[in-house]
Amino acid sequence: MLEANDLACLKGDRLLFRGLDVRLDAGEMLRVAGPNGVGKTSLLRILCGLAMQEHGQVRWRGLDIRRERETFHRALLYVGHLPALNDLLTPLENLRFACAAGGDDPGESACMEALARIGLAGQVDLPARVLSQGQRRRVGLARLFLSASRPFWVLDEPFTALDVAAVADLAGTLSTHCEAGGTVILTTHQDAPFAKPPAVLDLAGVAC
Amino acid sequence: MSGILGPFLAVLRRDLMLAWRGRADVLVTLAFFVIVVCLFPFGVGAETNQLRAIAPGVLWVAALLSTLLSLHRLFAQDHADGTLEQLLLSPEPTALWVTAKVSAHWIVTGLPLVLAAPGLALLFDVEQGALGVLTLSLALGSPILALLGAVGAALTLGLRGGGVLLALLVLPLFVPVLIFGAGAVDSHLGGTGATAHMLLLGGGLLGALALAPFACAAALRIAIE
Repeated sequence: MLEANDLACLKGDRLLFRGLDVRLDAGEMLRVAGPNGVGKTSLLRILCGLAMQEHGQVRWRGLDIRRERETFHRALLYVGHLPALNDLLTPLENLRFACAAGGDDPGESACMEALARIGLAGQVDLPARVLSQGQRRRVGLARLFLSASRPFWVLDEPFTALDVAAVADLAGTLSTHCEAGGTVILTTHQDAPFAKPPAVLDLAGVAC
Repeated sequence: MSGILGPFLAVLRRDLMLAWRGRADVLVTLAFFVIVVCLFPFGVGAETNQLRAIAPGVLWVAALLSTLLSLHRLFAQDHADGTLEQLLLSPEPTALWVTAKVSAHWIVTGLPLVLAAPGLALLFDVEQGALGVLTLSLALGSPILALLGAVGAALTLGLRGGGVLLALLVLPLFVPVLIFGAGAVDSHLGGTGATAHMLLLGGGLLGALALAPFACAAALRIAIE
């Protein structure tokens, strides 16, 4: 599904990694590991098409993601470091906007259900600024329940600030997505309770 | 709500809702416009003929400065909270939602200036017939300012001291709009009619509408990297 060849990433004037190959097929989950500053987030941003690699190519189903941006981004869900939450809007408004801007329109009841599923049933009408870090994180992750049709999920530190129960729940959701033929790539420093431990790509090994 | 208009309307509705919830910010722009315009009679004296002569220029320069005052807010919040990343990952055309953002920004910051202009022009004793010309020139010209300014805002996004750089970048681009906008009222009063100026402003608006969103989209992609 996703194939990256000979990737090199330059940050400022520092080369983070080079000669990196990534290959992900349907149903696979990949965990990108490595110490801080090794280029995990940079790699994910390159694979999403948000950042430009210094060298190499990223292909989705054999097509260059920059040429076929629309097709690729219709298949992609990216949950980054930043929560993409506006403080003046409620979690429900934020979630509905995130879906609509991405070209989906799941409707209000589906959004309510997704928020309830992630444990925010009591907060749907509060402005996002009063939410805790963990709750803010959950609003962003609620999109996972509305994005089953998007096969490729890219998650940057999805477990940060979540409590133990939420971590287990999220790990279950990711495993289910892979079993259904989806592809997940994520970074995390935590040992998440996955049913089947994901393959690990250790960037420390290829770092320059 | 579906098809290509879906994301456009979603962005427009959200930005208008945000403007309504943070309306103090919006009122600041309008208050700035009113105050700058009102300062001129104090500075140049209350001689009627003189005030009449400077009115179009004063209103236009004040509108231009107020536009500049609010421009940096156009993408800053979305950039800081990650919404911009998500928008750039949308499969919908970037220029489409950029147009929606600029439209919402103009409705919130430009339209109030257009509506306030006739009332303020009365302070300068501008004759009744010229009020319409002045308002129309602002209605055609202020969206051009918003569109050109959006390109500048996207180019300076995330830079230190971006505000000053933004002013240096876009103010020279505003000059043609200022010339034809303020000139419209003068040529109307001079008897040659304002049609030519209006057509030029209208053409400028269509040109900016066709090109600026694409320039803005390209600049935002660079800013996010």
